[in-house]
Amino acid sequence: MAECHPVGFRWVMEAKRRGATIIHVDPRFTRTSAVSDLHVPIRAGSDIAFLGGIVNYILENERHFVDYVVNYTNAPALIDDDFRDTEDLDGLFSGWDAEKGQYDISSWSYKGTDVAPAAGQREIFSGEPHSERGTTAGAEKFDFSLQDPACVFQILKRHYSRYTPQVVEETCGIPKDLFLKVAETLCSNSGRDRTSAFCYAVGWTQHSVGVQYIRTAAIIQLLLGNIGRPGGGILALRGHASIQGSTDIPTLYNLLPGYLPMPKATFDKTFEDYVKFNESKSGWWAEFPKYIVSLLKAWFGDAATFQNGWCYEYLPNLTGDHSHMTTVADMADGAIKGYFVMGENPTVGSMHGALHRKGMRELDWLVVRDFAPTETAEFWRDAPEIQRGEVRTEDIKTEVFMFPAAAHTEKDGAFTNTQRMLQWHHKAIEPPGDCRSELHFVYHLGLRLKKLYEDSMDPKDRPLLDLTWDYPTKGPHQEPDAEAVLREINGYKVDSGEVVEGFTDLKSDGSTACGCWIYSGVYKDGVNQAARRKPGREQSWVASEWGWAWPHNRRILYNRASADPEGKPWSERKKYVWWDAKEGKWTGEDDPDFIPDRPPSYRPEEGAEGTATISGIDPFLMQGDGKGWIYAPNGLLDGPLPTHYEPQESICENPLYGQQCNPARMEWKRADNPYHRAHGDPRFPYVITTYRLTEHHTAGGMTRWLSWLSELQPEMFCEVSPELAAENGLSNGGWATITTARGEIEARVLVTRRIPPLKIRGMIVHQIGLPYHWGSRGLVKGDAANELISFVADPNVSIQESKALTGNIEAGRKSSGRRVVTSGRPVEEAVDQTSRDKPAAAQRPAGSHGVEAGKSQEGEQS
Amino acid sequence: MGTGFFTDTTVCIGCKACEVACKEWNQLPDDGMSFTAMSYDNTGDLSASTWRHVAFIERPVALSEQQTGLGNFSWLLMSDVCKHCKSAGCLENCPTGAIVRTEFDSVYVQPDICNGCGYCVVGCPFGVIDRREDDGRAWKCTLCYDRQKDGMEPACAKACPTDSIQFGDLDELRDKARRRVEQLHAGGVEEAYLYGVDEADQPGTDGLNAFFLLVDKPEVYNLPPEPVAPRKYAAPAWASVAAAGVAMALAAVAAVAGSGRQ
Repeated sequence: MAECHPVGFRWVMEAKRRGATIIHVDPRFTRTSAVSDLHVPIRAGSDIAFLGGIVNYILENERHFVDYVVNYTNAPALIDDDFRDTEDLDGLFSGWDAEKGQYDISSWSYKGTDVAPAAGQREIFSGEPHSERGTTAGAEKFDFSLQDPACVFQILKRHYSRYTPQVVEETCGIPKDLFLKVAETLCSNSGRDRTSAFCYAVGWTQHSVGVQYIRTAAIIQLLLGNIGRPGGGILALRGHASIQGSTDIPTLYNLLPGYLPMPKATFDKTFEDYVKFNESKSGWWAEFPKYIVSLLKAWFGDAATFQNGWCYEYLPNLTGDHSHMTTVADMADGAIKGYFVMGENPTVGSMHGALHRKGMRELDWLVVRDFAPTETAEFWRDAPEIQRGEVRTEDIKTEVFMFPAAAHTEKDGAFTNTQRMLQWHHKAIEPPGDCRSELHFVYHLGLRLKKLYEDSMDPKDRPLLDLTWDYPTKGPHQEPDAEAVLREINGYKVDSGEVVEGFTDLKSDGSTACGCWIYSGVYKDGVNQAARRKPGREQSWVASEWGWAWPHNRRILYNRASADPEGKPWSERKKYVWWDAKEGKWTGEDDPDFIPDRPPSYRPEEGAEGTATISGIDPFLMQGDGKGWIYAPNGLLDGPLPTHYEPQESICENPLYGQQCNPARMEWKRADNPYHRAHGDPRFPYVITTYRLTEHHTAGGMTRWLSWLSELQPEMFCEVSPELAAENGLSNGGWATITTARGEIEARVLVTRRIPPLKIRGMIVHQIGLPYHWGSRGLVKGDAANELISFVADPNVSIQESKALTGNIEAGRKSSGRRVVTSGRPVEEAVDQTSRDKPAAAQRPAGSHGVEAGKSQEGEQS
Repeated sequence: MGTGFFTDTTVCIGCKACEVACKEWNQLPDDGMSFTAMSYDNTGDLSASTWRHVAFIERPVALSEQQTGLGNFSWLLMSDVCKHCKSAGCLENCPTGAIVRTEFDSVYVQPDICNGCGYCVVGCPFGVIDRREDDGRAWKCTLCYDRQKDGMEPACAKACPTDSIQFGDLDELRDKARRRVEQLHAGGVEEAYLYGVDEADQPGTDGLNAFFLLVDKPEVYNLPPEPVAPRKYAAPAWASVAAAGVAMALAAVAAVAGSGRQ
């Protein structure tokens, strides 16, 4: 965190000054470790074993927060009799469908019922809307004593019983006493009087089982009662400014603003179908129709009527998986004509740069908007394969358009941080020359497209022509008014144009328009709430008047959980929101994240619907059953409980199960994307992990062109331990070549004790650390670490596995004849007798994820 | 009365924001793009173009309050800067009057007067001040004299995210620093101490206006254990010269008187 989020880390140091204990778990000893109380080195890719060990420690020693767990989580819920755990099936859960290569999740459900998740993959099951939100309320059968073998608590206990300190040591390389110290510190710092928080970043997410890493932390936090309370929570540290904002108002292919799902071509055929499959009969998602109707009114204005389903059918439909890697593979196969790259440098920052460049070579056109001509914009000029003479510039037909971009100081706008808080930034100076904001680019592109089609009578062009696109502009370059966009996002009454106060004002009858329901209220009273900058010393410690947090300016989500079932604070020290019986409403330091006048004693009547189903002790009101999900009966594609699987490429067999890897992972089986053996590949004996340094920003587009930052980390380097250096003849300050089946890079060597070898069941495991900031352009240059990484992904969110893979390292430079899988000489094949899957899961079809996926993965099976 | 820095190395996270903020505010050139292979330090040391420098010390000794899987190991991070000594060797050596003491009690080089003689460079017991090769003049931290004139704190202190670099009134800073040491001692970090906090602590410089909280010997941080301003040697040196002169004179007189008797 100190490495990549130094400004946020100031609050960690402030907490430390006030007595907080900082624990840092990382394969490397970083700047964060330097100031932590406890540093725990870990084998990259083994975190679920580590966290699962903590779950086991809590349960074995009965350290869970009983009142919290029984009342606020689904621990007492009974699970379907057909459910089988990984304990029973050696690493698989029940429901594996070998033909489809994915799980049928029906056996994971609550006993006798089905329930809707707050978010997740509820709809992506082979074209069938398996679990539309509409069917049910919550679990129907419980054992509040937590003793029934079919209840979540007992299933959890059995599932994690094998994650003992001994197994943690043998899987993660963490000495038993160090592990026990972490577990005990965490437990003793949780309960009525104390809370603990988890912070994580892509070190957790970028794995083929990435989502389940976070789920394991969620289980710990629910067991310890650390969610919805001050000082608790799980904080996702974003890769750059407003990544949170770009999922709230998404740049993701499968979401509409406010986490409304993108329509699926296969079954969301009409507005009625779409609502039916996404509305919930219980919990807050019962309000779903209000949000989609208001969104469609914001986008299509007067054209959106009840009769035409609010122009719902104008929306693009998903025909399959269009995530990043699938798109790039499609590009390489010639299925995609054009590509917009805005503020991103994927040939350096994303996995397998060579395959990205191969994809871009097949395009008709490429648009890049950035501060500098990045490696992505210049891939046709000096990419590694061009420097090596394997590809000639004159053979590349792609037309490339480079647009210079305005910096954040040169435009108005908002950043949304990990606390869901929007902070407005005002333009300080005009952007130089031809530099323009994204808002300017997209708005004027839209105007030109509308003009191009203005005379069209073709019905397919109606969406473009009916789109509301009327933001006021200002200045010599006709810059759209960013506050006008924020106002539309906030929402307004269609007849009067008056802004709404918040999402509770939104209607499903077409009388309100709202660009993103969760952001509704950000322009309350016609005031830009995100631009508020009242200093902390002039307001309460929660500082609700600094910026604005969604939803409804709430600083802690699900904060009903900060009070006990009777509505009283768990303790004086941790009091946050509580039930005021005299006034008959919830009150406290923050805006209560609950129905304001619903008393703690309220229980829904039989047959209740909508928000009436939310009982007085249902703090997690976005879930269909209002409970924190220790066990996920729905919403995930790879299991209801996190399970340790080895990375796609590992140095060892899975110590816990016969199933080596996440069975539901996404693979791209292509000649230009070769994988190593599942484990113990003699060609690639070391673990590789990638990361960022404080001195550079991601793929370097913002930093490698600045002298003051470039001089601080002027070259690509690798970090190795003195032991690994001795083993391979590497010298500090010298050169090394690092290899995977995808490619080869060279780097300067930094020998340091900060990346220690680990001992796993008698085997010494060496890890190689690779920062990934450099490329072929800028003031400082170097090979990009991500050239080494394959296309393989988590099934839930399609994130790549760049934090744990295998590779080799040799001393010296290999400047000529370097190998890259897309163009150079091919990789020598080794006979692979290892397996990633048990026989039951090994029959997966090549394209085994998502709706109608697979076309691209089958390409190039030469 | 004056202003200065208290740099608390125990909360430094080595982000180098101070280095960058300093270079940006003062428009300093880069030091060249060279990989040193010395931990994460690629600027090396304080120089004419680097007025804040963050040291990264990989030390085979554990911090007393820290437990790691690495055994006897810790990573000391420390942002170094001109100390603005009470008895400043550079100032005292400057023959042109280019180096002056300001109303903020800081030591300031006036670039329009400096003639590049370099006497200040050898006068600094810390090796801070340096001449720039291209223009020959001597440069170092100004304690952001221009910012202070406008009521702003120096750029490095402003940019420091963890308050490792604290700027303010020196009397207040010294109190704060002493309380911090007490707090650390109470928390088990018994090795914490202040370097150059006052005259008693560092008689060779009469105390520093930019002092430090350290957890190991000064040498570990590339700081001299007992820095002395050259002027401090002047009195004893002249005294020796005088004594030698007197002795020689006496010897001469004795010799002449002795020979006279013969």
